[in-house]
Amino acid sequence: MGNSGSLLAKIVTELRFELKGMKIEVDSRGYYGNFGGAYIPEMLFPNVEELRQNYLSILQDASFRQEFDHLLKTYVGRPTPLYYATRLSEKYQSKIYLKREDLCHTGAHKVNNTVGQILLAKRLGKQKIIAETGAGQHGVATATVCALMGMECIVYMGEVDMARQRPNVERMRILGTEVRPARSGSKTLKDATNEAMRHWINHPVDTHYIIGSVVGPHPYPDMVARFQSVISEEIKWQLKETEGRENPDFVVACVGGGSNAAGAFYHYFDQDDVQLIAVEAAGLGNQSGESAATTVLGKPGVLHGSKTLLMQTSDGQVVEPYSISAGLDYPGIGPVHAHLFESGRGQFYSATDEEAMKAGILLSRLEGIIPAIESAHALAALDKMSFEQDDIIVVNLSGRGDKDLETYIKWGGY
Amino acid sequence: MSITMTKNRIEELFEQKKERILSVYFTAGFPAIDDTAHIVEHLAKAGADIVEVGIPYSDPVADGPTIQESNKVALDNGISLQLIFDQLGDIRKSVDIPIILMGYINPVLQYGIEAFCKKCAEIGIDGVILPDLPMQEYLEGYKNVFEAHGLLNIFLITPQTSDARVREIDGNSRGFIYMVSSASTTGAKAGISSSQLAYFERIKAMKLNNPTLIGFGISDKATFDQASAHASGAIIGSAFIQLLSNTKNMEQDIFGFIQSVKGKA
Repeated sequence: MGNSGSLLAKIVTELRFELKGMKIEVDSRGYYGNFGGAYIPEMLFPNVEELRQNYLSILQDASFRQEFDHLLKTYVGRPTPLYYATRLSEKYQSKIYLKREDLCHTGAHKVNNTVGQILLAKRLGKQKIIAETGAGQHGVATATVCALMGMECIVYMGEVDMARQRPNVERMRILGTEVRPARSGSKTLKDATNEAMRHWINHPVDTHYIIGSVVGPHPYPDMVARFQSVISEEIKWQLKETEGRENPDFVVACVGGGSNAAGAFYHYFDQDDVQLIAVEAAGLGNQSGESAATTVLGKPGVLHGSKTLLMQTSDGQVVEPYSISAGLDYPGIGPVHAHLFESGRGQFYSATDEEAMKAGILLSRLEGIIPAIESAHALAALDKMSFEQDDIIVVNLSGRGDKDLETYIKWGGY
Repeated sequence: MSITMTKNRIEELFEQKKERILSVYFTAGFPAIDDTAHIVEHLAKAGADIVEVGIPYSDPVADGPTIQESNKVALDNGISLQLIFDQLGDIRKSVDIPIILMGYINPVLQYGIEAFCKKCAEIGIDGVILPDLPMQEYLEGYKNVFEAHGLLNIFLITPQTSDARVREIDGNSRGFIYMVSSASTTGAKAGISSSQLAYFERIKAMKLNNPTLIGFGISDKATFDQASAHASGAIIGSAFIQLLSNTKNMEQDIFGFIQSVKGKA
């Protein structure tokens, strides 16, 4: 016993040592550990290569930063509050903060990225914008910045999603965007992404593709994570103001593709005292055949330009996921999250439809905030985690529930 | 295991024949699941020079509607990479022309690179076209095992590919280079524009080490003739899939189609 105990202790120590100061960043080949890369047909090579060669210098350019920061402040409404959720904290006997990305213009964190990418597209001399969207939040955020900048915009959306998310379709149209139905495959987010990529292949010179999550070929995952990193940048100084320390004990975020999680984790990747909690959608349950929990059900594979964890058959055909939340209904995850999972730096939980809906209604009742169902998955993980009384937990409230009203109504139970 | 490759059927073909090489693509398991080997045989008999057997994939991003649909039908029919290998197991008893497998990287990854190459060598597959396997990844992770099994990896170039990259691709190619005729997915509108002609001329003037075949938008004798004037030949895909969708007598229609494209009918 003594021996095996000390062996275990040794392994744990070594693991800790390995994790310590772990660098979660993309390498020169576009990989996070074993995941990432740029698996694109040659037709897309010039576009992606142009981005790869320019994105860092543009992002680091002082005038770009100034313009980006200015728009985030005056247009998006940043910084978003870091709100101490008193009654929720009482329930869980700990200190819970909500990062209020739901208060961003257009109702979710998605706009942080679209503001960044449209400024970048302008600097690359592009005249037209395309995007994919699932629930419509990224589509609306893209349509919004295109209206702002007077740029032509086409958003691909699965035909099934268009029917499910009618208000967002009309929002995009009001903003002057053409919404094109993706009619191939399962007619949802995956297929909308395929159609957007096909459009880009057919229009390689004048068009920029604004990908909405930390997915796609390198440099998209890194670029989108950098635009979203403003979330954890703000959490750091906001927490310092209220708690006298920059680092919480836990940061919790939901993961579909994983852009809000990447932003909330970004400045904590190498802070070992901060536990990074990613929450996937378990749909009707991970064994039910109706789930979107990629780290539970997926294997390494290639989709939409990167090697990542992917829900697929043994023959390598991509499996259609399921979640009540359209924003988490994606068969892969960003390569950075696949790496967080594989390396052990991130802890992954999954929440079912039912757990998420309950958590959404709970937050509405305790704090007067109706969360997006995506974000409600993050809240649902609080029931599964164990923490000490003084632990500080930051939950990234990535979006507001307005768009999900119909789903809440159908679900009932309030 | 020897790394040096013996002569490959693709290389032999291009040594013997310098012009009007016709390569035809079709999707395995389409229109019916058991058609795969028959179509290869009919194509060879009808006079195609190369056959490209498509491995169906759920998310074929480089393909237009016609090939997307054939992929979907084939998958619904129950096709898989393993089944394609089974269907082609005896193909070398009846077919001598080069056979290429074309598809997306993910099904190949799941099969296992080594196992895939081994199976290809066993059957007598000569080359592979995997559009979403980029050159750098190929060189670092795939080239050795491909070459050890006598498999040529065929790269694509497009009108947007820079001269420097065309040279790099040429340097890493064996067999031929797949020249995508325009910035498009497969099955683009037929007809060849002046800007495409300029691109064909640009590539021709580069005097590459490898021959080129022009694909995408080649559908009939007229476009095959045009393409053949600027390259060693051309590749037909979507137009052939459309023929397969509508055929009542497959063998006869394939024969008629190939003969009409080559101009011998």
